[in-house]
Amino acid sequence: MTLALQNFPSIEAATAALASPGARYLGGGTLVVRAANEGDVELRTFVRATDPRLNDITVSDGAVRLGASVTMASIARHPQLSAIAPAARAVGGPAIRNMATVGGNLFAPAPYGDFAVALLALDAKAEIDGSLIPLEDLLAGRATRYASSIVAGVSFGLPAQGSFRFAKVSRVKPKGISVLSIAATIEMAPDGTVKSARIALGCMADHPVRARAAEAALAGCRLDKEEVAPALALAAEGTSPITDPIASAWYRKEVLPVHLGRLLLS
Amino acid sequence: MPKVPIQLVLNGEERAEFVDSGATLLKVIRDKLGDTSPKGGCHQGTCGACSVEIDGELKLSCLVLAETCGGADVSTVSSLSSDGVLHPLQRAFMENFAAQCGFCTPGMIMAAKSLLDRIPDPTRDDVIEAISGNICRCTGYEPIIQAILTAARANSLTAA
Amino acid sequence: MKLEKNYFADVRNDDLTEIGQARPRSDVPGHVSGKTVYFADRHIPGTLHLKMVRSPHHHARIRSIDLSDAERHPGVARILTAKDVPQNLYTILILIQVGPEDEYVLAQDKVRWKGEAVVAVLADSERAAAEAAAKVKVDYEVLPAVLDMEEALKPGAPTVNELHPGNYYLYDSGDHRKVRFGDAEKGLVEADFVLEQTYRSSPIEHAPTETTGCLVVPEGNDRFTCYTNTQAMFFTLDNASIILQMPGHKLHMVGGTVGGGFGGKVDVTVEPVAILAAKLTGRPVSFIYSREEEMQISSPRAAETITLKDGVMKDGRIVARKVTGYTDAGAYSRHSPYGAQKGAAHYPGPYTIPNVWIDTYCVYTNRTPSSAMRGFGVTIADFALEVQMDKLARLIGMDPLEFRFINAYRDGDMKAHRQPTEGAALIECMQEASRLADWPVAERFMKMSSYKQEA
Repeated sequence: MTLALQNFPSIEAATAALASPGARYLGGGTLVVRAANEGDVELRTFVRATDPRLNDITVSDGAVRLGASVTMASIARHPQLSAIAPAARAVGGPAIRNMATVGGNLFAPAPYGDFAVALLALDAKAEIDGSLIPLEDLLAGRATRYASSIVAGVSFGLPAQGSFRFAKVSRVKPKGISVLSIAATIEMAPDGTVKSARIALGCMADHPVRARAAEAALAGCRLDKEEVAPALALAAEGTSPITDPIASAWYRKEVLPVHLGRLLLS
Repeated sequence: MPKVPIQLVLNGEERAEFVDSGATLLKVIRDKLGDTSPKGGCHQGTCGACSVEIDGELKLSCLVLAETCGGADVSTVSSLSSDGVLHPLQRAFMENFAAQCGFCTPGMIMAAKSLLDRIPDPTRDDVIEAISGNICRCTGYEPIIQAILTAARANSLTAA
Repeated sequence: MKLEKNYFADVRNDDLTEIGQARPRSDVPGHVSGKTVYFADRHIPGTLHLKMVRSPHHHARIRSIDLSDAERHPGVARILTAKDVPQNLYTILILIQVGPEDEYVLAQDKVRWKGEAVVAVLADSERAAAEAAAKVKVDYEVLPAVLDMEEALKPGAPTVNELHPGNYYLYDSGDHRKVRFGDAEKGLVEADFVLEQTYRSSPIEHAPTETTGCLVVPEGNDRFTCYTNTQAMFFTLDNASIILQMPGHKLHMVGGTVGGGFGGKVDVTVEPVAILAAKLTGRPVSFIYSREEEMQISSPRAAETITLKDGVMKDGRIVARKVTGYTDAGAYSRHSPYGAQKGAAHYPGPYTIPNVWIDTYCVYTNRTPSSAMRGFGVTIADFALEVQMDKLARLIGMDPLEFRFINAYRDGDMKAHRQPTEGAALIECMQEASRLADWPVAERFMKMSSYKQEA
């Protein structure tokens, strides 16, 4: 069977086409064309929606909406998105960032998908078939329930100044594949303690996950070495990290508290 | 095998071809359009040897379907020299010993060009970031960084 | 670059005009303009694409191969198995009488490493070849595998390769290469201190940016042009000639610029089967490793395990060195018996030691066959030796560079394998390194010479 590309003007039509066996949604191509190049014989049809709204970025009153086809490069250079730019810049080199999309990142298997980790910590919602779905649900169901869904875009509130933190841990400098990626949105109370924390982890499961035990332990703490220690000890709770050529599951569990600690205390 | 007609500009020249549906831009540039300067090192987006500019943006031609490039303006390293006159980056790569086996060089120079188009006077860190998606296995990164910085300086002298 | 002319000033002619000058590379204008031609920069219409079906097991017996579905797949031109290869059993270094022939071009009866070539599928497109390859059915009986050298050498270990009983390479000296010089046991007894350490390394992949491959074009007269990125043109020509049972003049091998090799392109893994396919189909054939194949299938540098036992005196003299080295060949020989032998010759390092005892083994395991890579046989040995030198210096409380001056070999010293040292410049290199690194050593060391022994 030869490969074919099908273009559809609307997301609805593309979604219908995606139900065919061997059909896969083509975003920036960094995952799907790669699969075809590597001889994935299950893949038969690239399906693409050309609705221009997929490329829109809107920022108003602190609310952000990113169309699913928005690239990492567009986010990184957007003047109102500087708070999350580090997470977009963590993806690939410049050429990859000119191609890789928000939508693709949500479906990127670990160790890829650093930006999806950031979106999870931002408590983003994904737009599927006109409804908004918590990102955590989408990520958990991306290989099953949502495997043939097309995300139109993601929405989230722009984090308050200084509250969003992101770290990508890799062995190759300046840019390698993730050992881990960690994103955190930390809201501080007036007394200098943590009011609430959302921590998202990449590579600590086959999809980005929240570190709920650490989040709970962090509440009410000052961000100093002694007070964050209990949260760090719980950082890997409930995770099942991947083992790949970059690192073993054991190694990822071992180093997670160290890197989370640096991120929180930086 | 179904063929799809595409029309694009390659290195300033209007080109039209029938390509296999699903063929990558890299394959079409090399096999159909006869410019073998972009190289296929990994076909998975990690080595950067196939880097080209599409409508002024640096992209990996191994991961772009040719069919999606209808009407696009595509440039490879072949576009940089004309009538035997080399681009300052090409001269700087020669003079700084920034190529050994040469396989990564066309992609590396395109990544460098993309940087200098955006930032004519880059810092060393800008240069390192700009080539972070391009792998050189003869490990000539330091001469490559020096070559790009040298070309940037040469450019700014010309501009002044 | 500065050329230091004060070293060897009294014994050298100062007539060098090129050394110390920067000269442009002759090939670089082609590189920067994208005009350099690599083997794959040719588009040959009608080319068949070869996709190799590989073993998913470390060790297994092949019960049967069913090609019926694959052969019917649209676009398939031909499928090759072991019985299609005229001389299926080969080994690269048979050309220099390092046998026995121990490896199969396409697996016959058994597979001995995960990734071994079993069936070659040829089709009109890469896609059709991949699809048909997925339809090849190989029935395997999985056998116990041994992935560790020490386990492989134990009695009762699974036999990796029946042509190497006991899982070691049989040299004319027996199951290992040996060097004996002086009396190492006596030296160790008489030494002030003895340090025994074991060093282990993993396989290392060269990862060239251009993957291994070739294009073969039938010339229409039973002669074949093979465009290849081999680093070893004559190994490739002669081994292809043996495997295909074709005289060399029918094989027109064309090399050229190689997109990174580092020793990883000296094996003969793609050309014979691609030429065979071109001969049997009458069509051009392309066989180019995918990135995954380059990383997983092409030979890495061998894993090594090295135990060094050294006797050292308080004054800094090493008086005895005992070495046991193991080189992991993987499932087949390729260049590793030679690598293990190089190690045996190398272990004293660039040091003069009066009592030396060396045993090196080339061991077979069910791992990817290892082969050449930049100084193979000595690189890992040097790592172990120099780490050991630092540890010995620390043991006796001596500066590590001064410790090396005391033991450095100099012209006229007898090496353990009984080659007198000549043309050594180690002392002078260390003197210059001492200056450049701002790591001062005692004046007497700066006055030493490689070719003049002091009174």
